[in-house]
Amino acid sequence: MKGYSFLSLARQALGAHQGWPPAWRSPEPKKNYDVVIIGAGGHGLATAWYLAKKHAVKNIAVLDKGWLGGGNSGRNTQITRSNYFWPQSAAFFDHSLKLYEGLSQELNFNVMLSQRGLLTLAHSQHEMEGIRRWANAIQINEVDAEVLAPAEIKKLVPMIDLDCRFPVYGGFIQRRGGISRHDAVVWGFARAANALGVDIIQQCEVTGFDIQSSRVKAVNTTHGRIGADKVSFAVAGNTSQLAKMAGFRVPVTSMQLQAMVSEPVKPCLNTVLTSSVIHMYVSQSDRGEMVFGGGADVYNSYAQRGGIPLLQENVAALLELLPAFSRLRLMRQWAGITDITPDTTPLMGRTPVENLYISGGWGTGGYKAIPAGGDTMAYTIANDQPHPLIEDFGLERFRSGELIDEGAASGVAH
Amino acid sequence: MLRISCPWCGTRDEVEFSFGGESHITRPTLDADDDVWSDYLFNTENPKGIHYEQWLHKYGCGRWFNVARNTMTHEIYAVYEMGEPKPELPEQEPG
Repeated sequence: MKGYSFLSLARQALGAHQGWPPAWRSPEPKKNYDVVIIGAGGHGLATAWYLAKKHAVKNIAVLDKGWLGGGNSGRNTQITRSNYFWPQSAAFFDHSLKLYEGLSQELNFNVMLSQRGLLTLAHSQHEMEGIRRWANAIQINEVDAEVLAPAEIKKLVPMIDLDCRFPVYGGFIQRRGGISRHDAVVWGFARAANALGVDIIQQCEVTGFDIQSSRVKAVNTTHGRIGADKVSFAVAGNTSQLAKMAGFRVPVTSMQLQAMVSEPVKPCLNTVLTSSVIHMYVSQSDRGEMVFGGGADVYNSYAQRGGIPLLQENVAALLELLPAFSRLRLMRQWAGITDITPDTTPLMGRTPVENLYISGGWGTGGYKAIPAGGDTMAYTIANDQPHPLIEDFGLERFRSGELIDEGAASGVAH
Repeated sequence: MLRISCPWCGTRDEVEFSFGGESHITRPTLDADDDVWSDYLFNTENPKGIHYEQWLHKYGCGRWFNVARNTMTHEIYAVYEMGEPKPELPEQEPG
């Protein structure tokens, strides 16, 4: 892989940028691989890269039924944060945020991480108490959190209407939180993985597993049978289907989570703003669009479009806090299929099938977990035992009852 | 926007209803082991295709009923009362 640098940019500029090589190959699948990863989204590609980089696995394929980054990796609102309540979640998601902080250098690809802070609002005295408790828990987890008074919030977000229907009592900010460029994260991992010899095979749908004496031997695909010593799947929105093919059930409900963007305007919102009560989150992209979302359409669905009632609710929530945005035109709206688990903690690690691994159940927050998800899954696959950070995220917790109930402590209440 | 036909009130917009998850889940006997019990409590069918599910007419008559709905197209094939068996429906192609 030729590194991207100022020099290479200057050199290519002389050739009118006609000489850039493709960022990754599009190979035909081989007959056998050491590791086959299903799903070329952020998590799958990151897992492949960490496997090749840290565990020196040579023979890896990443399969995708569509194009890489075409699922939830391309549908999220690109927020990164680690303001989690429970110690297990905080350790995992802060590891992820730390990896994000060095990712552009690691991958030689600018992921445009902008740590502009993530501000969470409280709209009542009671919620303010809850926010103080939450911020305290985050600090005990050795993650940054800072409680803010309404005047400080107004200074940070001058356009906010503090006296909206549910007046703002205060909030807290994680200053290391922010946004990055979601496509760049996927492309960066794809390019770096390709450079280490990973085969990324797009338009290749997995149709079944070859499992012999409860051990996975191969995957059957639209490109034929591909043998594999180990198989891992990270297929947000299809976790139940893949698990069913492998013969086990998972605690997942798939629902549509909508997001939308306004037309682009000049910079006017310099933080990620979220509110549980008003149920919305918004940030301004580098292109100037307001990227926002809120509640999910709470019924099982794989439709990837989202219903009108929720769209109206999300827009109304945004305008309640930031009335000036009523003049903006809505440009695009879409939905991703989020795999929600009962405790809103992901499903990671081994499965009832030997040498088959799962990374799923990311619910509404998989994007921020991409680097840590890749890092810990690579360890788990290479050593056939869960990485210490994800020991508590396994499927066994539903049998033992050791759930990690992150629902109340998420960015927006589920 | 879903339009759901409540068996008692007729066809209304989705905003009047609240979703109650998968239907036809049978509670295991009390001597069930942990595997059976956790499967009952947490695991779901979550199909791509026909989903047999419970809905409550929350801002209406306040009664529960079952719906057979396609999770890809949102088409509703059948509405039937609680306690009734699953209706016979043709197999749907997964998308």
